[in-house]
Amino acid sequence: MEVESPKFKEKARRAIADEQLQRAMGKARIGFVGKRKKAVEALPEFEELRSSARAIKDHTLAHLDLYLEAYERKVIASGGQVHWAETAEDARRAVLAICRAAGARTVTKGKSMITEEIALNDFLEEEGIQPVETDLGEYIIQLRGEHPSHIIGPALHLNKEQVEEDFRRVHTALPAGRDLSQPESLLGEAREILRPQYFAADVGITGANFLIAETGTSIIVTNEGNGDLTQTLPRVHIVVASIEKIVPTLEDASQLLRVLARSATGQDMSVYTTLSTGPRRPGDPDGPEEYHVILLDNGRSSMLGTEFHEMLRCIRCGACMNHCPVYHAVGGHAYGWVYPGPMGAVLTPSLVGVDKAGHLPNASTFCGRCESVCPMQIPLPRMMRHWREREFERGLNPATQRFGLGLWAFFARRPRLYRLATALTIPVLAGLAGSRGRFRSLPLAGGWTRHRDLPAPETRTFMQQWRDRETRKQERSAA
Amino acid sequence: MSAREAILGKLRGAVGGAGDQTRREAVEKRLGKPPRGLIPARGQVEGEERLALFCRMAEAVVATVERVGSADDVPGAVTHYLRSKNLAPSVRMGDDRRLKRMDWAAQKSLEVKHGRAHREDEVGVSHAFAGVAETGTVALLSGKENPTTVNFLPDHHIIVVNAKDIAGDLETVISRMRRKFGKGEMPRLLNLITGPSRSGDIEQTMLLGAHGPRALHLIVVDG
Repeated sequence: MEVESPKFKEKARRAIADEQLQRAMGKARIGFVGKRKKAVEALPEFEELRSSARAIKDHTLAHLDLYLEAYERKVIASGGQVHWAETAEDARRAVLAICRAAGARTVTKGKSMITEEIALNDFLEEEGIQPVETDLGEYIIQLRGEHPSHIIGPALHLNKEQVEEDFRRVHTALPAGRDLSQPESLLGEAREILRPQYFAADVGITGANFLIAETGTSIIVTNEGNGDLTQTLPRVHIVVASIEKIVPTLEDASQLLRVLARSATGQDMSVYTTLSTGPRRPGDPDGPEEYHVILLDNGRSSMLGTEFHEMLRCIRCGACMNHCPVYHAVGGHAYGWVYPGPMGAVLTPSLVGVDKAGHLPNASTFCGRCESVCPMQIPLPRMMRHWREREFERGLNPATQRFGLGLWAFFARRPRLYRLATALTIPVLAGLAGSRGRFRSLPLAGGWTRHRDLPAPETRTFMQQWRDRETRKQERSAA
Repeated sequence: MSAREAILGKLRGAVGGAGDQTRREAVEKRLGKPPRGLIPARGQVEGEERLALFCRMAEAVVATVERVGSADDVPGAVTHYLRSKNLAPSVRMGDDRRLKRMDWAAQKSLEVKHGRAHREDEVGVSHAFAGVAETGTVALLSGKENPTTVNFLPDHHIIVVNAKDIAGDLETVISRMRRKFGKGEMPRLLNLITGPSRSGDIEQTMLLGAHGPRALHLIVVDG
């Protein structure tokens, strides 16, 4: 998928003015937050489980090469095949080769962010293979030619009336007079339309929430059951997963499952947690004859051991964006690539470059809610700061911003001059603001005052007030 | 250099090095003897209390739960369920021995079809390997005994679970599986099912019956 993150500012402005989007985001703001809170409060051990989950991933990352090797051995021993891919292009090619060997014309897909990352659908279509998204949200946005706006709720940016319009536009074989005013009828229609697709598909592609080194198992966690139909009915199952999805043991996976669904949707467990190990076995009446895993790096190995190392703990629950005031305001598409919200603001520059995605770590108020709800305790604000530093070091910020920061640094390093300058400026500003005590507009500060007033400073600087206070204190004690 | 070697080389460069022997030992130790982790107190109850928790948690995720005194009561309970939902008297199931031992023939006019599920099957019956009281979850294993398609294709899924197989937590089920299949070995599929299929993808309203079963009925066999 093309990286549109450089257009973040323009996209954010459009998003704020988009009434449909703002209506949808209004619902999103309330839903996820309340559900997570309720689930977390119902489990007294939740905070301890966060630390446990974090420790598991820290241990895994420190031994990632070894666990990947152990995992690979077990997959092969259970009759599966492992394909290593350094880049998105390598992964796409690997998927295509398997599809070609299977003579595939259509593939069904379970919901997977990693296949969004490698832009698999467009690629398969160009190669004459029809991908069919089966997750309800993914199906809707595929009809619209859009990308997910949220990592677990792909169609979060839409209202039901928009979905109805799309279904009427595309499902033309159905009676025009049918009632689609309720979400139930939309869901029912998608179910009926997609059911035959599972049987027709030659290959089913899913992602993985976890890969287990101990057993060579891949796990998918879903609510709809589409992922299970996708991987059970076609002859070939392909799992596409990035290398940091590994956990050592079944027990480790269980620990992570306890924080995943609670953080994501506020469920104790998602409806379907499916652990898959290899292809159909002798005597099995169903299941795929071939089981392939594509292990994708795509930039992750370069994060290991850097200040962005901890981002590799992420289990893609979406809690950070569900609690982010910036995400709430602009929605997921403004971020311009696959991963939105705070986790996207850290991950996107790592994977596509800070030159393209530098705006994202800047789009934060540093309120810290993302870190406080992250089940893996990832210090997202700190990592956004690292990106800001790197952006500055590489001279990527606009000249005016650099000039302003340079000017401030010049005075900040010369305390006497700084005090003199502020002592001279502040009374002037206070005087100009008059009795209202704030500015409606100010030269060079249009970016601020266009949307809100700027409070005027007190008539005396902090240093002056402090000096006066200390003097008075001394006078009192002398008296 | 292969992609595999390139990726593993980069990872080793970032986290490996001189301490490789220690790292290997740490990995072998964890895989050899998996730490149990932190188990929430919620499921750590025994006997009737644990069964009640299982039922309560399953009902909280909109499964329906019914308790019967013995395995002999299961076919009658299934017939009763079909009638109450106004469903045709036909069920699909695999070759599970526990299910086969039940007297299905006594249920007049009930058709029992064996083997994997097909598109037209309305009701599937499976036997669970275990239950998890902490979350109201049932664990099913793939194979001809309980084909995976029975779990996902029919609109109604009836799962029989023995009360004695209901554990407090998932970790206990994992240990049982290791004993059954051997260390590091798994059945092709372990399906952990917690309630009937649902989706919240349209305006975050949770609706039942997305792609899997619209209804999940659990029959807990006491004794």
